[in-house]
Amino acid sequence: MRRLMVLGLYLGLAFPAQARMFDPKVFTLDNGLQVVVVENHRAPIAEVMVWYKVGAADETPGKSGLAHLLEHMMFKGTPTIAPGEFSKIIARSGGRDNAFTSSDYTAYYQDVASANIEQAFTMEADRMHNLVFDEKNFVTERAVVMEERRSRTDNNPNALLHEAMGAAMFLNHPYHRPVIGWRDEIAQLSRDDALDFYHRWYAPNNAVLVVEGDVDPARVLELAKTHFGPIPKADTPVRARPQEPGPIAAREVTLKDGRVQQPALVRQWLAPSLRSGGPEQADALEVLAEILGGGSSGRLYRALVVEKGLAASLYVGYDPASWDADTLTLSAVPRPGVALAKLRAGVEAELARLEKNGVTATEVAEAKNRLTAGLAYERDSLHAGAHRLGEALTTGETVEQVESWPERIAAVTPDAVNQIAKTVLDDRRSVTGTLLPLPGAAGSAPPMALPAFGQEIR
Amino acid sequence: MLRRALLILAAVLIPGPVFAVTIERVVSPGGVEAWLVEDHSNPVIALEATFRAAGSASDPGVLPGLAYMTAGLLDEGAGPYDSKTFQAKLENEAIGLTFDAGRDHFRVSLNTLADRQDDAFELLRLSLSQPRFDGEPVRRVRGEILSMLAQEKQSPDTVAARAWFAHVFAGHPYARPVRGTPDSVKAIRTSDLRAWVKTRLGRSNLVVGVVGDITPEDLGHRLDQVFAALPAEGPKDEVSEWTAAPPGGVEVLNRPIPQSVATFGELGLKRNDPDWYVATVMDNILGGGGFSSRLTAEVREKRGLAYSVYTALAPMDHGAVILGGVATRNERLGDSLRLIKDEWRRMRDEGPTDAELADAKTYLVGSFALRLDSSPSVAGLLVAIQLDHLGIDYLDRRADLIGGVTADDVRRVAKRLLDPDALIVTVVGQPEGLADDQSPRGGASQ
Repeated sequence: MRRLMVLGLYLGLAFPAQARMFDPKVFTLDNGLQVVVVENHRAPIAEVMVWYKVGAADETPGKSGLAHLLEHMMFKGTPTIAPGEFSKIIARSGGRDNAFTSSDYTAYYQDVASANIEQAFTMEADRMHNLVFDEKNFVTERAVVMEERRSRTDNNPNALLHEAMGAAMFLNHPYHRPVIGWRDEIAQLSRDDALDFYHRWYAPNNAVLVVEGDVDPARVLELAKTHFGPIPKADTPVRARPQEPGPIAAREVTLKDGRVQQPALVRQWLAPSLRSGGPEQADALEVLAEILGGGSSGRLYRALVVEKGLAASLYVGYDPASWDADTLTLSAVPRPGVALAKLRAGVEAELARLEKNGVTATEVAEAKNRLTAGLAYERDSLHAGAHRLGEALTTGETVEQVESWPERIAAVTPDAVNQIAKTVLDDRRSVTGTLLPLPGAAGSAPPMALPAFGQEIR
Repeated sequence: MLRRALLILAAVLIPGPVFAVTIERVVSPGGVEAWLVEDHSNPVIALEATFRAAGSASDPGVLPGLAYMTAGLLDEGAGPYDSKTFQAKLENEAIGLTFDAGRDHFRVSLNTLADRQDDAFELLRLSLSQPRFDGEPVRRVRGEILSMLAQEKQSPDTVAARAWFAHVFAGHPYARPVRGTPDSVKAIRTSDLRAWVKTRLGRSNLVVGVVGDITPEDLGHRLDQVFAALPAEGPKDEVSEWTAAPPGGVEVLNRPIPQSVATFGELGLKRNDPDWYVATVMDNILGGGGFSSRLTAEVREKRGLAYSVYTALAPMDHGAVILGGVATRNERLGDSLRLIKDEWRRMRDEGPTDAELADAKTYLVGSFALRLDSSPSVAGLLVAIQLDHLGIDYLDRRADLIGGVTADDVRRVAKRLLDPDALIVTVVGQPEGLADDQSPRGGASQ
């Protein structure tokens, strides 16, 4: 609920090489609002999404968590919709709604009967420029967000490690802030902070309306003009964030926590995003990530999980959708009885082998095929197109770049993969995180010694 | 900024009982039945199959987690293909094949592009009838499950839910963890896995739903290809009925975390209970309806005590509970639990308002169509309707079943189901403010 999106691996999609991804219709209203429509007529339902080009990385230093807290406040009313009523109105007509925030975007959505999209448009247009909320509702919702932070992060050692690694990775770029915010800073956010942020960033020319489902694009455009058209443009800020200096030092982050039962190893490298480094590098990085960690065929999975038996699970991921810099992430959990240091040595041996020998043409061909073989599934879901296009347009990608993805992946060469591997898999760009039990704490007991739960009643 | 008042909300259409899907009953030449929604608009096929009496409740008492571990291994080599070859075929052909075990059932999901269906159905056939259980994948999957169990111990939500089930269903197979325990997972042998496949997968306990780019005739042949080799007679369901919950009370598992996580609930009702639809409406108003529920209003919206608070009906084949969850900072957990108890009592004593009843009904009727958002989810729906014996015309009848629920019905069922003193609560954390009536079972607080 009011979800915080943690992006996973950009799903490998696929198609015959000439096919388009989603074939959207794209319009721009006079006030700058982009309108994107993906038709999908398999059921009489639709997803309506409004994506704003603002996220946690656009917050003022010292006010972390503001973009996300504002997301919560967007449900707290306008002169015509009482606090909390937005979701109830959607539910009353058989719909569901929610929202999520990342470093780069804030998105709101309603899943509704396709005959009801106008209701969603009316209310989304309303809160795009009429938001009001009082101090009491603000303070209560801030407490909700504090509980959300406890649930997501403070109660979860893995999440705490990732938060600390993000802070170590980005020396200067605001991506070093957790999207949900630092605890002490959330506690100090004020109603004025939230309203200022809203007035600064929320405007039609800084938003994208995406509709996917059983709808007619011409009708969607007409409804968009009726409901969003009258909202005036605003002078929203240019996104010019402090950038990372050239990385010169490998960093280590170690979290020892008495709650840890399963140690873990994570390594991240600073990498270009599609916007910051261009499609060629991003595409090659996607193929590289697939070669290393894709499913059961990836070479790190085969070497460390299957052949050497050092890891119980392993993941390599790269999501090119980021406005500024990006990361390539590798994470692994040791098999029971394997020391974390031994797993780490195994990972580093594989990375050294990659550095020395590069990837083979066969590996590249197979990875490209795996990435693009199942693209038809994307059109099977009511949500995939809307999410992909909304994310792309709020992270500096174009619709054409989304649509040409299968062709571009097909064109990636082994040379390009080896080149990007050499550039990105450089220790100086890396942060290595380890999650360990606290010596002597309960959590350092052998992970196998699980007491029967029923015996813990006291 | 322009402050344009909203004069009207657009007229809203509540979707009625008409669905854009037509369900067809297909019986193969060999007698295997499946329900099909034929749809040639996208070249994909989704098949969902469920075996009854093949979940963790049917695991041997000394080997909880056997069905779950088998699920992890059926796609790790079968017939002529070792694990690596089998997995590579799946990945290269973009075939999604997964297995999963719940408490009652064993589930199979197959997703394929229409032009790769020869390989997809063949791999499914091999995985069900000739799984290999080679040494390497058995060791690897065992390690993976042990690692998951260790990670679960780090997750307060999972610790609370497992402890709650262990207490509430004590002495019944539902008390066993679906994924097993470290001891049981280490004790499972290849011969156990083979015996499980031989005895648990039969045509008589199989239910199948299919959606997508395939004709009834072709599906008939595929059903025979995949399932004909299985024994005609599957296992008998020998799980005993669970009908009585232990007395209400609070159990605290002390963990050094800033936020207490609680699972709470009591005896519920099964899916075939005549009061099912009434209870569904009641649950929606109480805690099942997300932002519209009473619990969300009282605990989250008014007081900021939680990010998530919910209830749900959890019907199983041999017993049922109504359960919920909440997470609140340690200092205020007692307040959240008191509010939840109050709402439990208020629903029992007063029932719903007319507006709440109307809103819950329109939501439950209208939102059902949102489940039709992908082929696998429609296929899953076809299986669920069969498992619960709801009839092939269920989609046409459901709106009336919900629509007929009255306020008096809800009051009657609330009195039957909700008893604040019977609430069984498991808290993980270091909660404060537990009142006398919430004192931990069998001893001192905290």
